[in-house]
Amino acid sequence: MPESPFAHTLQVLLHVLTALLLPPLLPGLINKVKALMAGRSGPPVLQLYYDLAKLSRKQAVFSRTTTWIFLAGPVGAVSVGLVAAMLVPFGHAHAPLQFQGDVILFAYLFGLARFLTVLSALDTGSSFEGMGAAREVTFAALAEPALFLGFAALAKSTGSLSLSTMLAHTGPLFKFSGPLVLVLAGWAIVYMAENSRIPVDDPNTHLELTMIHEVMVLDHSGRPFALVLYGASLKLLVLGALLVGPILPRNLGPLRDWLVFYLGLGILAVAVGVAESVMARFRMTKVPQFLVAGVLATAFAFLLMLV
Amino acid sequence: MSRSQFLPILNGQVLPLSEIPEASLEDFRKTIIQGVHDGLRLVCLCADAELRLFAVLAEDAAQQLRVGRTKLVQASFPSITPHCVQANLFEREMAEQYGLVPQGHPWFKPVRFHASWMEGRDAWGRTSIPSPAVMDFFTVGGEEVHEVAVGPVHAGVIESGHFRFQCHGEIVLHLEIALGFQHRGIERALVGGPHSLSLKHAETVSGDATIAHGWAYCRILEGLAGVQIPARSEWVRGLALELERMANHVGDLGALAGDVGFLPTASFCGRIRGDWLNLSAAVCGSRLGRDWLRPGGLRFDLEPELAKQLLPRMARAWEDTQDAIELLWGAASVMNRFEAAGHVDEGQAREIGLVGVAARACGIALDVRKDQPFGPYADHPIEISHAESGNVHARAWVRWLELKESHRFLTEALQGLALTPVDPAPSPLPALAPSSLCVALTEGWRGEVLHLGVTDSEGRFSRYKIVDPSFHNWFGVALAMRGEQISDFPICNKSFNLSYCGHDL
Repeated sequence: MPESPFAHTLQVLLHVLTALLLPPLLPGLINKVKALMAGRSGPPVLQLYYDLAKLSRKQAVFSRTTTWIFLAGPVGAVSVGLVAAMLVPFGHAHAPLQFQGDVILFAYLFGLARFLTVLSALDTGSSFEGMGAAREVTFAALAEPALFLGFAALAKSTGSLSLSTMLAHTGPLFKFSGPLVLVLAGWAIVYMAENSRIPVDDPNTHLELTMIHEVMVLDHSGRPFALVLYGASLKLLVLGALLVGPILPRNLGPLRDWLVFYLGLGILAVAVGVAESVMARFRMTKVPQFLVAGVLATAFAFLLMLV
Repeated sequence: MSRSQFLPILNGQVLPLSEIPEASLEDFRKTIIQGVHDGLRLVCLCADAELRLFAVLAEDAAQQLRVGRTKLVQASFPSITPHCVQANLFEREMAEQYGLVPQGHPWFKPVRFHASWMEGRDAWGRTSIPSPAVMDFFTVGGEEVHEVAVGPVHAGVIESGHFRFQCHGEIVLHLEIALGFQHRGIERALVGGPHSLSLKHAETVSGDATIAHGWAYCRILEGLAGVQIPARSEWVRGLALELERMANHVGDLGALAGDVGFLPTASFCGRIRGDWLNLSAAVCGSRLGRDWLRPGGLRFDLEPELAKQLLPRMARAWEDTQDAIELLWGAASVMNRFEAAGHVDEGQAREIGLVGVAARACGIALDVRKDQPFGPYADHPIEISHAESGNVHARAWVRWLELKESHRFLTEALQGLALTPVDPAPSPLPALAPSSLCVALTEGWRGEVLHLGVTDSEGRFSRYKIVDPSFHNWFGVALAMRGEQISDFPICNKSFNLSYCGHDL
């Protein structure tokens, strides 16, 4: 679809603003749904914005055992996350950055973010953070194949290696709806694991021995911690775009595309909140089985595309 | 068989010290070791400043206790612990308080890390005031073994305690628990009493078991003063204790649900616990039941009209409780977590002398209300709730069964109290019997609470010993963690939900 330069600039601007401003809303929505499900009124939907504002005015405290790596974790993770956000199409508008093979870059940007977070956790020398780091990389190793096999299935069906064409595919959906359901099911599991949601992790727990992701950021405070929180919510948005993108109705026109995208994200947040409200967390030893289920789902999707 | 050296005594009964034969140290040790070997439980072992040792064995089958005493000639004695694990903490406590060295104790470390009560006599020869948890911990060697230290400051609003895990990956090989951060010196504060603050001290041994400890203290005073409590007042006390049990069990089940991330029960139980606490507040003005009881009777009696009003309120709270907790048993994801963690087998539980909910969850039918009946429980008996499997699920399930049983008791009590007029206000207690000993046990929501008072020749306490159920059960937490996932520690710990301050006194 040919676009005027003005419309294109507007699209890019909207994309950047969405990536910068929208993420903190998602945890707020999830928490609100959880609170309502439990019969509480819960914190305001905008709570994370308030928290970020508060933290940005606070002084950071650094442990004497840490080095610059400790700070590189949150700073690096957020910058890498923002770059990844520029590669993903939000809804059916093309991403600001796109080229053949950007899907590989996207996946490894997340790998890089994780690497930096893990390093900064290990930098503290705390036994908790070491444990959390070990858990994080173990589970990531199982979540990554699901992400890649899903990409492979999509690449096969769309004949493209660029996220913008793979996700915002304009062709008819029904041709490949079976595999797509499997891919999305596998990615839903990845989504839960990557965003440390129940049943894999519990983002609200205060029990340091049971945490996976949260325990790695226990020593952060002030502005770096604000970055950590923002980075986590950015991940909810970017991976969420991956999940809702392929199933949004197509060819609605630019304005309605955006509205539908926001609506899709909202529904995703509500779904996460509901899922968290009705089940308990898995035992840590069961998490790998759950992740392998995700890998299997996407692997079958890929196989089906090959047939 | 030398058990005759230990005098049989009923729960709450008073004995002049002169009637308790002073056994030789050798007989004293043998009686304890043999008694525990025969299935009795060592419920109390303590020393006093005059080097006297007192021991109380519970003979549950015969519904009686056995009290014995001996006198040391020097500040050391051969340890009982190698032959009777139940004496472990008691002996270390005596060493810490009075500098009495149990020779041959296999795990000789301080309990609460306070200075010796005896000037210039310290079991470890320390000269400065010790700091809690500063000691040699048990360590496991090996490249792949790592150590995780948790606390004393925790990430949640809980009491202070230090936990040292020896882990191989995610598996816990050993857990050592170091407490003492909450030591306030309650036992010493009670010596020389009863003072005007003594009831407060007893009630705050562990604030969530205010009634259990407050009642035990009242019974010590009433026993020593030779006062009988009218049946109706005893019934109100029973009601107070069961309301405390309801509130805490509801809170515990909610907290267990919270720890596995099961939100519905966690959120509902938080509120419903408040409903039960408010029932206590409706009678005495305090949600925790502070100042509800007083030696000789009740400070706040429950009038028949109030009992009538409370009945529908309680029925509503019970309905909500059932709804919230039945969600828990219906959730497969929760059952999966509960059943997989925190197993203690019955043999170990008996050996270390677990009490209360933790013991009943291992299939040990043990309940002071039944075994050593006190207050209203002889006339209005309670069925012992127990489970078999000894894991987190069993401890949660026992709480649920106890909720049902307590609810039955409460309904009966409120209906009965609504029909009977209140007792006249109690008169002040007469002077306490001099040179006597009294033991009182109550069944708090965690388990067996023991108070033991010894008076001097003027009828004042020369020694006051408190044993909170947590004192017996902390070691159970360590055992429950062996070979478990370290990430399951929070639910194991919560399933016991022991008191730090009750242990630390």
